[in-house]
Amino acid sequence: MSPELEIVLIGVVTAVAAALPGTYLVLRRTALVSDAISHAILPGIVVAFFFTHDLNSPLLLVAAAATGVLAVVLIEALIRSRLVPEDASIGLVFPALFSIGVILISRYAGGVHLDTDSVLLGELAFAPFDRLVLNGVDLGPRALWTMGAILILNLVVIGLAWKELKLATVDASLAALLGFSPALIHYSLMTMVSITAVGAFDAVGSILVVALMIAPPATAYLLVDRFAPMLWLGAIVAAASAVLGYGVAFLLDVSIAGSMAGACGLFFLIAFLFAPRRGLLAQGRRRAVQRLDLGVRMLVVHLLHHQDTEAAEEECGLPRLHHHLKWSVGRTQQVVREAERRTLVERSGELLRATDTGRRLAEAAVTGEFLILNSASCKNRGPKLV
Amino acid sequence: MQDAGSGWALEVEDLTVAYADQPVLWDVDLQVPAGVKMAIIGPNGAGKSTLVKAAMGLVRPVAGEVRIFGRPRESARGQIAYVPQRATLSWDFPTDVLDVVTMGTYGRLGWFHRSGAVQRQLAEAALEQVGMTAFLRRPIAELSGGQQQRVLLGRALVQDAPINILDEPFQGVDAPTERAIIGVLDGLAEEGKTIIVVHHDLQTVPEYFDSVLLLNVRAIDSGPVSEVFTEENLRLTFGGRVGVLETREIEV
Repeated sequence: MSPELEIVLIGVVTAVAAALPGTYLVLRRTALVSDAISHAILPGIVVAFFFTHDLNSPLLLVAAAATGVLAVVLIEALIRSRLVPEDASIGLVFPALFSIGVILISRYAGGVHLDTDSVLLGELAFAPFDRLVLNGVDLGPRALWTMGAILILNLVVIGLAWKELKLATVDASLAALLGFSPALIHYSLMTMVSITAVGAFDAVGSILVVALMIAPPATAYLLVDRFAPMLWLGAIVAAASAVLGYGVAFLLDVSIAGSMAGACGLFFLIAFLFAPRRGLLAQGRRRAVQRLDLGVRMLVVHLLHHQDTEAAEEECGLPRLHHHLKWSVGRTQQVVREAERRTLVERSGELLRATDTGRRLAEAAVTGEFLILNSASCKNRGPKLV
Repeated sequence: MQDAGSGWALEVEDLTVAYADQPVLWDVDLQVPAGVKMAIIGPNGAGKSTLVKAAMGLVRPVAGEVRIFGRPRESARGQIAYVPQRATLSWDFPTDVLDVVTMGTYGRLGWFHRSGAVQRQLAEAALEQVGMTAFLRRPIAELSGGQQQRVLLGRALVQDAPINILDEPFQGVDAPTERAIIGVLDGLAEEGKTIIVVHHDLQTVPEYFDSVLLLNVRAIDSGPVSEVFTEENLRLTFGGRVGVLETREIEV
């Protein structure tokens, strides 16, 4: 395998491994916890390194993951104290742990591979140099094995606890009532996030772990409305970001991890704008349609009120109509055209009149059928998450 | 499963719940006979929701005991199905109506077992009972308030529990949904199931329920509607609080 291919492969495996637990974080509205964990693992790595003097020791992974979970425990303890708001608790805990890690590195580990640049940005470009060699046989880059193992672990946990993770995310109190401890599920998920963050940390650094965990699931959330497709689509977007990111980094000779995170952001932006139902443009179009529809109904009701009265000429005549409805001339013309197109109103000279179809619509609007209209307008509710 | 000896579906004894040092429930005693339809009424902040949550172990009491069919609450899992207030559920989770109702079957499945065709049929039957058959595949993010309430009721029905607790099920739902819920509750009562509803509309208490608990931090009184739902008791439950408000206003 060429080093280039190895880098892309490590990137893809890392991105997919991160996107899977990230999907739960996005849906549980705890996306920022990934930020906290990915920073808080640093002191764990450093302290474990003091004891093992080996950056490849599995103990490093365990210690770092434990620090990640510790960060979550501390954050939740702060929240429970009710002395600090929730987001502030996150902002208090992880810089504290991260700074301990940075200080320890600068004081004691100046000479080794652990330097502050690689902590933030990772060093994917050098990953192929660190080989896993067993009995003299080169098995490939060590990072690929580590991240591969973490990816499999995540798949196994999600596959096994599929319904438990889903239940605790949708309704934690039902989970508790049915005997599935939400706390146990929560901390299992946090352990999974921590282990993934530690593994990905080496490849892409602590900041970009967050991009890989959050952006691909958030992108998928805008595109599908079932859970399993969201999970897989998030993984696919993550993998595509890794490939595209590497391509860009190669062409422009820039940071690989930075380009991968940039690609994640790009995919999200595209979905944010152009997602067929939840995207910004689709929502804008829908609002315009709803506004027009409401206008048509208001027009018909207005006409029915006045058309057979003495004031009909004043109230239902085209020249004064916009004045009575308190609409602009442009909007009035637009609504009248639409109402005529739907044969809800008809025109004789300057005078508008609601047709029988229009009368039925207006009657439906003021009797019980408003329920159906209501549910139709609820149908395409936009995303609340991102 | 039911302990015939006790006759009480739910017993609450000396229950006190506090948030920080603020007691929300103060030494509450309650005995709910099996098979009744009971309303829990009281002013805002009376601890109605907290009482049912404590009965299910979702809130930890400072003192007191809860027994379900004569057994300690901890060893009586699966005896209570719960319809929470609508906001409890994450309605923007990407899934459909059928999946949410199927979640009611998870308790019987236990850890790591996936739901299958049997659970799906149970869920479909429950959705038919609540009139949501046409919405099986509808994403839950697209439901109206009344439809959400029906889904939560369906999710409770599928648990087939002897006790059903509903927290403000009529809050913000349309009239047809309110009638549908009452129809389902009547059906459960005919099967001999016990129904406990946190309720806020005093007018409908005699029509919908046969027993009532009047609660205002303390349990004022409980029993059959015909005996307990009196003006005197209602004044004791709601009147005291009005008095407090008045004195506060005078102070201001």
